Amino acid sequence: MSCLIDLHGVTLGYERHPAVHHLHGAFEAGTLTAVVGPNGGGKSTLLKGIMGLLRPLDGHIVLRGLDRRDIAYLPQQADIVADFPISVLDTVLLGHWRRVGAFRAFTPKMRRSASRAISGVGLEGFEARLVGTLSAGQRQRVLFARVLVADSPVILLDEPFTAIDTRTTADLLALVLRWHGEGRTVVAVLHDHEQVRRHFPRTLMLAREAIGWGDTASVLTPANLLQARAMSEAWDDQSPLCERSAA
Amino acid sequence: MTLLGQGIAWLVEPFTAFSFMRRALVACLALALGAGPVGVFLVLRRMSLIGDTMAHAVLPGAAIGFLVAGLSLPAMSLGGFIAGLAVALLSGLVTRFTALKEDASFAAFFMISLALGVMIVSLHGSNVDLMHVLFGSILAVDDDSLILVAVIATLSVMTFAIIYRPLVVECFDPGFLRAVGGMGAVIHLVFLILVVLNMVAGFQALGTLMAVGLMMLPATAARFWAREVWSLMATAIFVAMVSGYVGLILSYHMNLPSGPAIVLTAGAIHLVSLTFGPRNSLTAGWRQRRHLKG
Repeated sequence: MSCLIDLHGVTLGYERHPAVHHLHGAFEAGTLTAVVGPNGGGKSTLLKGIMGLLRPLDGHIVLRGLDRRDIAYLPQQADIVADFPISVLDTVLLGHWRRVGAFRAFTPKMRRSASRAISGVGLEGFEARLVGTLSAGQRQRVLFARVLVADSPVILLDEPFTAIDTRTTADLLALVLRWHGEGRTVVAVLHDHEQVRRHFPRTLMLAREAIGWGDTASVLTPANLLQARAMSEAWDDQSPLCERSAA
Repeated sequence: MTLLGQGIAWLVEPFTAFSFMRRALVACLALALGAGPVGVFLVLRRMSLIGDTMAHAVLPGAAIGFLVAGLSLPAMSLGGFIAGLAVALLSGLVTRFTALKEDASFAAFFMISLALGVMIVSLHGSNVDLMHVLFGSILAVDDDSLILVAVIATLSVMTFAIIYRPLVVECFDPGFLRAVGGMGAVIHLVFLILVVLNMVAGFQALGTLMAVGLMMLPATAARFWAREVWSLMATAIFVAMVSGYVGLILSYHMNLPSGPAIVLTAGAIHLVSLTFGPRNSLTAGWRQRRHLKG
């Protein structure tokens, strides 16, 4: 299996305090990986680092045969301005950004594929609705439709099922599994360990440092969970400089 | 003459009889084209008060232009544009590279700019000059300033056409724009330049303070009529044009100062909209009290 996203001693953080500390490893092509760990463990930070939204404090992230624009990224819900007056169709059409950029027109074919994606996430007939009038679950369906339209080989999902009811979760999880079946590489930040055990072949457990990264059964063990829970969330204002090298 | 004929004469005659009224009307219509969309995006970005800030920020530049070249609109406009742009750029940089939020850094720089302007005017000019910069006079619009206003309106419309998609995404989902490599910072900067340009165009005609009125009031009124960004922009332009026309008519017939008459007309439209507008206004819920089945 070929490596797609290589992490070489990556440290990511805020104000010099590491949120992800000296992470080594790789996301291989075609894998479906769950990223689990406590709040503040660096899961979202890692995705932001891969997307280039955050520059590593140390080490580097290598994308092999992959442009950053080929990655579809679904941030946490809180990052969008929910009451902005934009329709469901216009939001989903943005998934074509890779092809139309900021200036080119959407073709009728693109519009059809956006409509298909909207039906595909169970929102048929919602095209003209404003995103601001939707429920959290429906909004998440819209964002999934946008990912669907993007048709990207690599998909990063940041807590896609948080605050989403069971039926919506089941529908959207089925989409994730379909993407995996189509050979796409999917990385999802998740909190439901049962769901991870059942559906995600690989797991990265992150509590600032990687606690484990490999087959889910070997990573999601009671010993690892205990170790992850012991991570201190607090910043140490008097922390000395880290002397470990990235290599 | 019939009553109808009299009415039409009342509405049209000021513009057929006087060229300064014609120029004022054209200036208002051009201003509406640029200021309407700018106002809509300021409202959507929760930057409604930034317009007011920028209006004060252009003062020292306009004052320096006045000192150098006298009551020359090109010189004052250029000065105002430079001062406004400096405040916008510095605030933008501070927001991006320090912990200060955008509203706070704008507030800081505009206060410095305003105090500088007042200082310059009081050392070298009279209060009358200051009043002119702050309140302008649309009836004094000459051909040169009319051309400037028209150029700015044209530039604004064209720029909005070009940056529309990334600007909308930058407002709605900035993380997405960054993830697709969409130059959010550049788009924001271009938008701030449009704000400053339209402020300068407005102060030609209405003075810096009243110019904000023609920018913000149509945009806030539009929220009670239109649903999506494009229709908000169209509504705001329409409201701004109507305000300009009605304000000029009223100022002519009732001998009122034109700037406040125009902005008060826009204000009246805003009040009517927020009371009776079909979308989320005070009475919209009351008029449609019965709820739907599903």
